[in-house]
Amino acid sequence: MPHRTFFWFILPSLAAMILFIALPIVSVAVQSLYVEHEQVIKTVENCGPFGCSEETTVDQEATRALREAEPLGRFNGFGTYLNRNHLATEEVGIAWAESESWGDFGSRLMNLPLYKALAFTLTYTFVVAPLVLVLGLAVALGVNSLPRIFKGPTIFASLLPMIVTPLIGSLILFWMIDAQGILGKTLQVIFDDPQLSLKASPALTWITLIVYGVWHNTPFSFIVFYAGLQTVPSDTLEAALIDGASRWERLRYVVVPHLTPLVVFILLMQLMDGFRVFEPIVGFSAGANATSLSYIIYNDLRGDYQQFGSAAVTSILTIIGVAILLTPVLVRTWRDFNRKRA
Amino acid sequence: MSSALHRRSRTAVILSVGLVAVWLIIASFPFIWTFWGSFKVQGDFFSKADWRYALTGVRTIAETGGYFTADGYHGAWIEQEFWRAALNTLIVVVCTVTISLTLGTLGGYALARSGHRYAFWLLMIALVFRAMPHITLVSGYLLPFFEWNLWGHLPTTIIVLVAINQPFTLWMLHSFFLNIPRDLDESAMVDGCTRFEAFRHVIVPVMWPGVITTGLFSFLLAYNDFAVTAMLLSEENQTMVPKIASFLGTTQTEGDVMLAVAAVVSATLPLFVLILFFQRQIVSGLTAGAVKG
Repeated sequence: MPHRTFFWFILPSLAAMILFIALPIVSVAVQSLYVEHEQVIKTVENCGPFGCSEETTVDQEATRALREAEPLGRFNGFGTYLNRNHLATEEVGIAWAESESWGDFGSRLMNLPLYKALAFTLTYTFVVAPLVLVLGLAVALGVNSLPRIFKGPTIFASLLPMIVTPLIGSLILFWMIDAQGILGKTLQVIFDDPQLSLKASPALTWITLIVYGVWHNTPFSFIVFYAGLQTVPSDTLEAALIDGASRWERLRYVVVPHLTPLVVFILLMQLMDGFRVFEPIVGFSAGANATSLSYIIYNDLRGDYQQFGSAAVTSILTIIGVAILLTPVLVRTWRDFNRKRA
Repeated sequence: MSSALHRRSRTAVILSVGLVAVWLIIASFPFIWTFWGSFKVQGDFFSKADWRYALTGVRTIAETGGYFTADGYHGAWIEQEFWRAALNTLIVVVCTVTISLTLGTLGGYALARSGHRYAFWLLMIALVFRAMPHITLVSGYLLPFFEWNLWGHLPTTIIVLVAINQPFTLWMLHSFFLNIPRDLDESAMVDGCTRFEAFRHVIVPVMWPGVITTGLFSFLLAYNDFAVTAMLLSEENQTMVPKIASFLGTTQTEGDVMLAVAAVVSATLPLFVLILFFQRQIVSGLTAGAVKG
């Protein structure tokens, strides 16, 4: 296709992506170097019957005027990147110097908002992904051995947790695990602890969110594995059977190797989706015990006093994180592409 | 021979049936339970005393006289004006899907037919864009949108959702167009069509299965979005998902949480219908990316 034709075909789509994805990234990068104006302070002298006293107050009008004149704020360089709410270089340095053990260092890091969010995001991503793979494969193998008429309805029922709006899905589970909801109540009876609440401790909140993640994502890996199972070559399976391979051996040496490319695909999708975990934290009202990178950006942006600078810094750091996560994939695809051309 | 392959030991059958049964309960019970509970009063759905109240409806009968009540739905749809949010969702979703498919088919077709290096790079950049958390982009939009008075309107949100949708749409349609033989449009061009005419008369008639599948996923992305719609829409323009989230902020008083439950069930229903009619397309869409590695 000539360059010219290609250009006209791709133009609308490219324009949308440049205007609303590429430029916002630039805008975020610029914002991250600025910080909100401080309030303008004025000193007023109050003279009363008992002498004069000086009083400092916030000059609301001047503050508003300044904020309107320069909505971006004042230039702060990399200051916001390094402050306590983000990379917290100083605090990390102190923690490193003072803490005696890794555990101590870790718990000090967990007091810093960004590291706390990063810890949850990474834990969520790297716990949910393998669980989803294993469970999805198990369900796919199970469904594959069912009689034909059950397969359709099973797939139908399985799709709903995946397709449902994440916020809505998490709310539905949230109401069930409520201390007065059916699951929360059942757990209280099982553990014989009427005070048990899944919302109370950070550990239980993390587990709840991970369980939600597995519930939400397993259907995807199930469907992909199930489709893959339909293409397992029956010749190879029969050959393995003749050679005396047991059921487990056939699974281990024929079926699983056939599904390996799918594992890579599912893992990639899970890593991308896990890294931006956000809605469940809102749905489960878990912000106090578990925050993710996306959640702290959201938190900075809402409310009456929006911290654009702070949100922008976290956004930039998140984008860098995504880039690091994707590098192996991109390198691999690049090699494949070159091999095909050669 | 194949009968030997498919013959299974009794334990294997029991194991797999049991596993699938457990999974089915895990997958569908929350929805059934919430749907059922949405027709009860709060005292039954969240029962302090006994979970069976939700089944027997003791409090519902005591408070409303009937075994079921539609109070939650009435409160949400009429008193809290959830219908307005539903209407906004309809507008946003229909526009987003139409526009992103139009842009996406053109772009995806070009990417599939161009063998140049830059087409590959565009796809790679689209992959990176697809992986980016949407909220990071939102933090880039807010300040300029405030400045230019674009914030809060439905068209702004639609265009933003279209753009966020593009990377995925391009990838999906690109791999779909790769499967349509090149000979088809190239022979039309030999016969004197321009590239666009070839696209218009030869490719468009055969592209609908792929477009429908891609459209389903664009629909889901627009319908399920929370980050963009919650941050970019003013209160009167809210779509369903942020509206539900705002219910939660105000549902501390007795009974109000049932509004949120009713709204949640209402918003899930279209998705249920979607799976009912398009199960095959959704499954094929999920696996389309995978089969090509």
